[in-house]
Amino acid sequence: MRGAAFILWRLSLTTFLQQLFNALALGGVYALVALGLTLVYGVMRVPNFAHGGLYMLGAYFAYAALSGLGVPYVAALLLAAAGVALLAALLERAVFYPLRNAPHVHSMIAAIGVLFFVEAAVQLIWGPDFKQIAEPVPGIVNLGGVIITWQRVLVIAASVLVVLGLNYFLKRTLTGATIEAMSQNREGARLVGVNVNRVGMLTFAISGGLAAAAAALIAPIISVAPSMGEVMNLKVFAIIILGGMGSVPGAIVGAFLLALAEVFGGFYINLDFADVIGFAMLVLVLAIKPEGLFRRGT
Amino acid sequence: MNRAAFKPGPWGWLVIFALAALLPLLKPGGYVLDIGINIMIWAMLAYGLNVMLGYSGLLSLAHAGFFGIGAYAVGILTLKAHWSFWLALPAGVLISALGGLLLGLVAFRTRGDAFAIFTLGVGVILQLVINKWDALTGGNEGLNGVPPATSLLGIDFSKGANFYYVALAALALTVLVVARTRGSVFGRSLVAIRGGEDLARSAGIDVYTHKLRALMLSTAIAGLAGGVYAAYVGFLGSSVTGPVTTFTVLLYLLVGGVGTLAGPLLGTALMYGLTQSLKGLQDYQYIVFGPLLVLLVMFVPQGLAGLWDRAQARRVAARTERTVDHA
Amino acid sequence: MPEAAPEPVLEVRDLGIHFGGLHAVRDVTASVPAGQITAIIGPNGAGKSTFFNLISGFYQPTSGSIRFLGEDITRLKTHQVVARGIARTFQTTTIYKELSVLDNAMIGHRVRTRAGLLDALLRTGRERQDEQGSRAGAMRALERVGLASQAGRPAGALTQEGQKRVGIAMALASDPRLLLLDEPAAGMNPEETVSLMGLIRELVAGGLTVALVEHKMSLVMGLADRILVLHHGQKIAQGTPAEVSRDPTVIEAYLGGHAHGGQMGQPGQAGGSHA
Repeated sequence: MRGAAFILWRLSLTTFLQQLFNALALGGVYALVALGLTLVYGVMRVPNFAHGGLYMLGAYFAYAALSGLGVPYVAALLLAAAGVALLAALLERAVFYPLRNAPHVHSMIAAIGVLFFVEAAVQLIWGPDFKQIAEPVPGIVNLGGVIITWQRVLVIAASVLVVLGLNYFLKRTLTGATIEAMSQNREGARLVGVNVNRVGMLTFAISGGLAAAAAALIAPIISVAPSMGEVMNLKVFAIIILGGMGSVPGAIVGAFLLALAEVFGGFYINLDFADVIGFAMLVLVLAIKPEGLFRRGT
Repeated sequence: MNRAAFKPGPWGWLVIFALAALLPLLKPGGYVLDIGINIMIWAMLAYGLNVMLGYSGLLSLAHAGFFGIGAYAVGILTLKAHWSFWLALPAGVLISALGGLLLGLVAFRTRGDAFAIFTLGVGVILQLVINKWDALTGGNEGLNGVPPATSLLGIDFSKGANFYYVALAALALTVLVVARTRGSVFGRSLVAIRGGEDLARSAGIDVYTHKLRALMLSTAIAGLAGGVYAAYVGFLGSSVTGPVTTFTVLLYLLVGGVGTLAGPLLGTALMYGLTQSLKGLQDYQYIVFGPLLVLLVMFVPQGLAGLWDRAQARRVAARTERTVDHA
Repeated sequence: MPEAAPEPVLEVRDLGIHFGGLHAVRDVTASVPAGQITAIIGPNGAGKSTFFNLISGFYQPTSGSIRFLGEDITRLKTHQVVARGIARTFQTTTIYKELSVLDNAMIGHRVRTRAGLLDALLRTGRERQDEQGSRAGAMRALERVGLASQAGRPAGALTQEGQKRVGIAMALASDPRLLLLDEPAAGMNPEETVSLMGLIRELVAGGLTVALVEHKMSLVMGLADRILVLHHGQKIAQGTPAEVSRDPTVIEAYLGGHAHGGQMGQPGQAGGSHA
């Protein structure tokens, strides 16, 4: 009897750990996408609804680089990140910078226009069907019964690396410090003599690059489809509202909270609604604590 | 602000609706009537959106969801509960308004931009629920065979030409309601909120209550459009209740003129008519619509009716400049 | 200058608020006497605007209480505070620039009307009454600030001073007992400032109580009956202009550590030269 209970316990622990690793990989991806969104909001005060579109575009760029150019996976990832970063910077120059003094709803509507355009364009070029990207390092790691694919290990490692790199950039370089200063207080940054104009473009580029890298990282695990952008949009917006709009640590914590809720909620409750668990959480939290979990410093 | 706005005026509107009412008498093909009814339905949804975006300055991205609530309420009540269309329609409007109340109670606890983001999520959730709740909505299969409008006062409204008048009456009611709201004490407070929420608050306006009422009115109108749609089309699927629909109607509204009384009708008639007549456009709708939306907010945020307004205002201003001495 | 301060309309006790770790306003106990002009001064970041935001219900205080005409209004929302009779204007010319001058004032009168959405849809008697009432109330307010003849013009077309007057008319349209003016003279030239001071005096002569935050010491010293000095969110002095300008703590607060505070005048000297 005790033996059987022990085996059951071991089994459920193994399952639990396995799900935990899945959640960590997912959370890493969410964090990368949410960080860009929260930085753009912090600096430009634009809720960039096109962000999910940039993420989706990143997956397709990686797919195109792999299948079209035949480059290795890492090169495809970097190409996708660079390509989307460039596009995002262009987008900032052409659309969001000119709209910076217009009512906020104008830039929001423009962002929606961009989202729908990107989606329609991708559908036109690559078709509505799912695309598959092969895992660069196939196979699994077995850690005492807990089985993880190499791709998930890669995702976790890469996202930790990128987040650390971003943190270094924000804290230790002048440009990064400027971005952070602006996301805290735009007026203050202007007083210090920072070139506010270029920072917006740079922030957009970083946010696009991060989203594309995240997409290229997760693409081998999920399938690539035009609709993946809208779903991701919902999740990362839920994350940054929960984390406090514009807050960097809030976005990271929010990303992992959402991933945990989704993986365990989806596993133990109902898979159909796993994609909107984030929003259910959001509704709940807002009903209790309207300013989000981590209020921005005033 | 109310006086200067682009207004065909009460008489102008009477002429527009009288002309529209004459259309079926010309015995046009079913195709023309179909386009007319569709324009009226989508224009109503655009009016609903306009109450939020145009009058209160709030971008709601969940309106197709409330259109869906109205449509499915009418569909389910007439098809499954065998209600008369004439009872089901007001019920659908009421349910949509209550849905708006629930949304507002939570969403308006946040400030500013969070509302748009929040409604984006709610829009997707509404579509998802409609798509997954098989027992009630027919889920993925949709709701087939929603009965057409029944007779009222001895007139059979189920036929195409007669149903045209149902849609026309609903649109007329919508325009009347929106016009009265806009020109009222309540409507002026909404304009104040649009101009600046903090300023409105400090001026003594109960911002929360006003936004809540505006959202209820707006979702009620969306529900009315949905209810008319349900009886007209006879089949309901979840795809029409999603963000793509909201996006399309948002474009209609922007083309016509946000915040104007004629804009929603003008923009819908123009854009829906264009989409239907250019078959090539239909296939690549969003390739064109996306950039069009961006260009509109960048260069013509006031839309067609707004352009007219501005020209009018310039003429009035020129006249007053000459007469008023402001030394 | 009256010897004994009249009955206070507003009393705050131990008022405080902190954002995170920062105490923007801390343990302020003060009162605003009826029918007088009270100026609130202090170096940059002293918590003056935050103090106004607390009184007008924009911020919820984390400690202390606010009483207005004997009633506790600490927890009321902004629109409820306005309804009780406290109106305010903002630092900059924050008005509805696209709307007409009349519309601006009518928006300020909204708090005195009750017509809602249903009244609008059904065109009830209340709707018609309130619309007329708004118009009349707004015109009265415009007359008080001398803008009645400009009622139809877009507010944004007026001069800086005119726009300030629109802001004041918007506040007056709510029939306040106490008017809070946040830096009313900011961005104005000397003549405009003098004309604005005249307007404020007229309003007070008509029975209104005024509290204002201001940097221009000439205006403060020339206008205020009483002065409240804040520094680092705390009250360091309260009294007549003469008393305050002699107060060593006040002089220390202004001169010490604020030698390069660009927009600050030096109250000691300014007071001396204007008294």
